[in-house]
Amino acid sequence: MRITQGAFSFLPDLTDAQILKQIEYGLANGWAISVEYTDDPHPRNTYWEMFGIPMFDIRDAAGVMSEVNACRRTFPSHYIKVNAFDSARGRESVRLSFIVNRPAEEPGYALVRQEGPGRTIHYTTRAYATERPEGARY
Amino acid sequence: MSAVIEGAKRMKTGAERYRAGVLKYAQMGYWQPDYAPAPTDVLAVFRISPQEGVEPEEAAAAVAGESSTATWTVVWTDRLTACDRYRAKAYRVDPVPGSPGQFFAYIAYDLDLFEPGSVANLTASVIGNMFGFKPLKALRLEDMRFPTAYVKTFAGPPTGIVVERERLDKFGRPLLGATVKPKLGLSGKNYGRVVYEALKGGLDFSKDDENINSQPFMHWRDRFLYCMEAVNRAQAGTGEVKGHYLNVTAATMEDMYERAEFAKELGSVIIMIDLVIGYTAIQSMSRWARRNDMILHLHRAGHSTYTRQKTHGVSFRVISKWMRLAGVDHLHAGTVVGKLEGDPNSVQGFYNVLREGHNPMDLARGIFFEQDWAGLHGVMPVASGGIHAGQMHQLLHYLGEDTVLQFGGGTIGHPMGIAAGAAANRVALEAMVLARNEGRDIWTEGPQILADAARHCSPLKAALDTWGEVTFNYASTDTPDFVPTPSVA
Repeated sequence: MRITQGAFSFLPDLTDAQILKQIEYGLANGWAISVEYTDDPHPRNTYWEMFGIPMFDIRDAAGVMSEVNACRRTFPSHYIKVNAFDSARGRESVRLSFIVNRPAEEPGYALVRQEGPGRTIHYTTRAYATERPEGARY
Repeated sequence: MSAVIEGAKRMKTGAERYRAGVLKYAQMGYWQPDYAPAPTDVLAVFRISPQEGVEPEEAAAAVAGESSTATWTVVWTDRLTACDRYRAKAYRVDPVPGSPGQFFAYIAYDLDLFEPGSVANLTASVIGNMFGFKPLKALRLEDMRFPTAYVKTFAGPPTGIVVERERLDKFGRPLLGATVKPKLGLSGKNYGRVVYEALKGGLDFSKDDENINSQPFMHWRDRFLYCMEAVNRAQAGTGEVKGHYLNVTAATMEDMYERAEFAKELGSVIIMIDLVIGYTAIQSMSRWARRNDMILHLHRAGHSTYTRQKTHGVSFRVISKWMRLAGVDHLHAGTVVGKLEGDPNSVQGFYNVLREGHNPMDLARGIFFEQDWAGLHGVMPVASGGIHAGQMHQLLHYLGEDTVLQFGGGTIGHPMGIAAGAAANRVALEAMVLARNEGRDIWTEGPQILADAARHCSPLKAALDTWGEVTFNYASTDTPDFVPTPSVA
């Protein structure tokens, strides 16, 4: 399967030139770019590991891109995403987020059902990969 | 102008004002052209169509009077109150450009005329009595301005655009949805199948329609159980957070609370209500949603009965403002390009009212007043009704990013199946956002961008082949009065 989190997961994997243009778009809007990685792709895993803090002071796309590539070199088989953060009042949140690296094999998730009274079912989503310890999953 | 007419417009004072009998509303003090609205006043602008022989100032004064303190005759008990303050004041009347016999009447209301935090109380005043008033042929509430002191008495949307995106972990693109079709008649099991296919295929949300409640073919508990199975299966199949708007609309508040509690117990992220449940019920469900971390979707069922015709009723921009105060997270607000009424400028005005922290006066988009939302969360506008993947560039251009695009027929009617229909919409959307961010001119290059994306996505190719030429180009009814009306295509 292919995990479709992020803004562009239904498109073919972005090329470096395409990633660079999205970074330029974020910088042109005054947003801070950050890079995060994980090997726990649960849909509610909010806190991916930060590859450094958001790059509030790097305003040139090539500089940001070199951080993206450094993360890819360090974690070639992890999920890696690029975020653009907007600190403007009323938003103060991520404005754009897209995956730029993913494992070659994505085994996906099991859905665990716990039957309850009145036909209710409580559901748990579990990534097959997370049955192994962190760092040894992909 | 004769002295008699001038006298009819002037407020009488002292004993003369309170002598038993009938006075013109203007003579009772409801027309005050010199009044300067206070920053704490609630302001309203009405489109008035006075009967033949009724002066527009007197018609405006009548609207001010009947929406605040007045009745048809003088009452001495006014003098037991600070009546000069409680009297609403019509302070300005302008002819409507290009519409003889119609006038914009501006009216100011003192803040103390309204109960804090109650849309029901607000609306009982401003649309309460006057809409059937004989001296007027027609009356329409066009816009309102709420002072910060009043806005702050409302809790507003329980979730808001920003927090909704954080909860769903979806940023930088419009969200995608679809309403299950046929909207009536499916069994729970078949209904859930449509939900599963649509969500697994690539949509973020699926949706109950406005009139799906608890009917013989599908009771509400069955619908909720099958839909949540579908949501969870799709979540596990994609790694994304998914949701289905479970419509909890019912006959009584007790029924609605019961259904909402069940949706919560099953782990749904979102519930839905219809506008027809009424303003108080909406505010009650908003409180419930806030207490239970639930996104609250509002379907505007019934609104066109009073929003569509320009001469009479309530503009949807006013409904939008009331619903932002009442506190909903999603509100259907038009598509521009789809099958339902929606002039581009008017619709953009609604979207701005729902989403922005501050609205400047913008007559071209039908916004008569500056409005500061004082930190009240934004409402996510929903575009639904007769839209398809081939319009993606127009939708993104007109509606922007913080919106839910809902393709019902455009998903479920896809020749290769529901999941393929969903994937086609998602690919079209992502390709268009990517291109826009790259600085391309999507308005002119849109069809080419879609054709290029369809080369790696056969469902999108099929969607474009099926619907690419479908448009709904009819003249709009509800258009702003201050600019020539542009066409969609």
